[in-house]
Amino acid sequence: MIGTGILKGMAVTARNFVGSYFEKDRLITVQYPEERVPLPENYRNFPFLIYDGNDSHAGLRCVACKICEKECPPQCIYIVKSDDKKPDYMGKPQFYAKVFDIDISVCMSCQICVEVCPFEAIKMDKDFELSKRERFDSLLFRKQQLSKSNEYYHKIHPVEAAAVDKNLADAAAAAEAKKKAAAEAAAKAAAAKATVAKATETKPPAEASPPSQASS
Amino acid sequence: MSATIETLEAMERPPVSMASRLQGELLEVSMGPQHPSTHGVFRMNVALEGEIVRKLKPVFGYLHRNHEKIGENTSYLGSMPYTDRLDYFCSMTNNWAYALSVEKLAGIEVPERAEYLRVILAELTRLQNHASLLGFLLSDMGAWGTPLMYAFREREKILDLFESLAGSRMMCDYMRFGGCRVDPSDEWLAQAKQIAERFPKFLDEFEDLILGNEIVIGRTQNVGKLSAELAVNAGITGPMLRACGVNYDIRKVDGYGFYPRFKFRIPLGEHGDTYDRLMMRALEMRESVQILKQAFAQVQPGPVMNPKAKIRAFRPPVGEAYGHIEAPKGELGFYLISDGSPNPYRYRVRPPSFINLTILEDMCLGHTVADVMVILGSVDIVMGEVDR
Repeated sequence: MIGTGILKGMAVTARNFVGSYFEKDRLITVQYPEERVPLPENYRNFPFLIYDGNDSHAGLRCVACKICEKECPPQCIYIVKSDDKKPDYMGKPQFYAKVFDIDISVCMSCQICVEVCPFEAIKMDKDFELSKRERFDSLLFRKQQLSKSNEYYHKIHPVEAAAVDKNLADAAAAAEAKKKAAAEAAAKAAAAKATVAKATETKPPAEASPPSQASS
Repeated sequence: MSATIETLEAMERPPVSMASRLQGELLEVSMGPQHPSTHGVFRMNVALEGEIVRKLKPVFGYLHRNHEKIGENTSYLGSMPYTDRLDYFCSMTNNWAYALSVEKLAGIEVPERAEYLRVILAELTRLQNHASLLGFLLSDMGAWGTPLMYAFREREKILDLFESLAGSRMMCDYMRFGGCRVDPSDEWLAQAKQIAERFPKFLDEFEDLILGNEIVIGRTQNVGKLSAELAVNAGITGPMLRACGVNYDIRKVDGYGFYPRFKFRIPLGEHGDTYDRLMMRALEMRESVQILKQAFAQVQPGPVMNPKAKIRAFRPPVGEAYGHIEAPKGELGFYLISDGSPNPYRYRVRPPSFINLTILEDMCLGHTVADVMVILGSVDIVMGEVDR
């Protein structure tokens, strides 16, 4: 009979309409500024730079290697390398970024800078409420604006941040162990040399080189 | 009419009957690019006799943004986020097609879990693409709001899955050469499984809502008929080709990924009209749910990334490769020529929407202006992919 299809469709609409008064899961609209959906762990928006400790300059992990600048597909990162060096988290002197700008009006949130960074220095932020009245300078984020603490990173990506911290601690421990092992080996070699020198007595023992500072 | 559109002047005018309403004059109308139901910035120059379409000339290029040239100037990895922006409804399948062609080019193996994840994500993409297409199509027909909102309700559940996995709802940028970027947790898989299992409920509801509706049948049956010969000659792929009764699905023909491991059927149409194209989407969604159920049963824990695959300073050997997949809209292929440098020498996209759209005039001739919108809606285009 003609018209039954339409009536069937109307019944579906009516069921949805009436059902929305009784079933909670039919009410799917979130009243945004008042209510918010929690952001998932993996959510990403724009990149930021991480610093350890409290000093955003001394603790900044970035060493201005410019890999992210090179790999960024829309070329939105601009870095100027420093002339002097500052110690990084392992105590090794490294360059730092004198200028580090990200034009977030160009950035397309692809996360490639995060993937290519060998120093875990750049990560994705979750802040998405970034509307501005002015579209040029206010959307060009400077180094000071981009630097955020490791605690902030832990707050927005807890699982990922814990893994990153573990990796860094492991790397630092491995470097420390390597340093120690190298120093020990050098000391052992020196001692062996010294005993050899003592046994033959052709050379004074002072000539055995002191354990050299191992390079990591 | 005295005002003629330049692009139409070169066209020869067909003899029209004296009985026509405008006494043999063709009225030239420029539909779009800002017309709301052209699915983006697409323009059709239509020559009308009364209300009947006598000529139709599609005009592309309003959304051209040099995708292929950008691909030749960025690294192989750098093109991956740009592929999200091709067909912004199905970024997962775009990623897969591009990753597949680079993997062919460089001979990279993909771990088993990653292959299953790709199938799962591609089928979820197909579900959300077809669901929203049906909504848009009905919205074009004048069923404002309700079907589209129901479809978007389901689509949003799938997009939430994508967001919690890849970090973004639509611009997923999830796949990499040699695997996938993030390993989903067991909770994610359980959630995805639940959504896939509940999807047939939505399909039943949607079919009740729409497919028996006499107005929909009246508006779609025998509208925009496409013969199988013409479809094959024009290079049409995807649900549009299968609606004409041609059994060609790259998932079966090429057997890329792990598709040979799954049991599924290919729905085939008979008449090649708009109603068949609409039904193809509805039936394909049911098959996608079947594939998803099998994939969730088979997926095993393991690595999702080939450890040998390099992310940075990736230089494939000299050669060429063409990787194609069955995207929700048809055959999506990427053709790459490598000269051994970090950028491809040639980067070519074979988009399904663009090639499916070239046949538009043949389908629209003899129908009314109102039918043009329905036919265009049933082609399933996304202008990001048409213009690139």
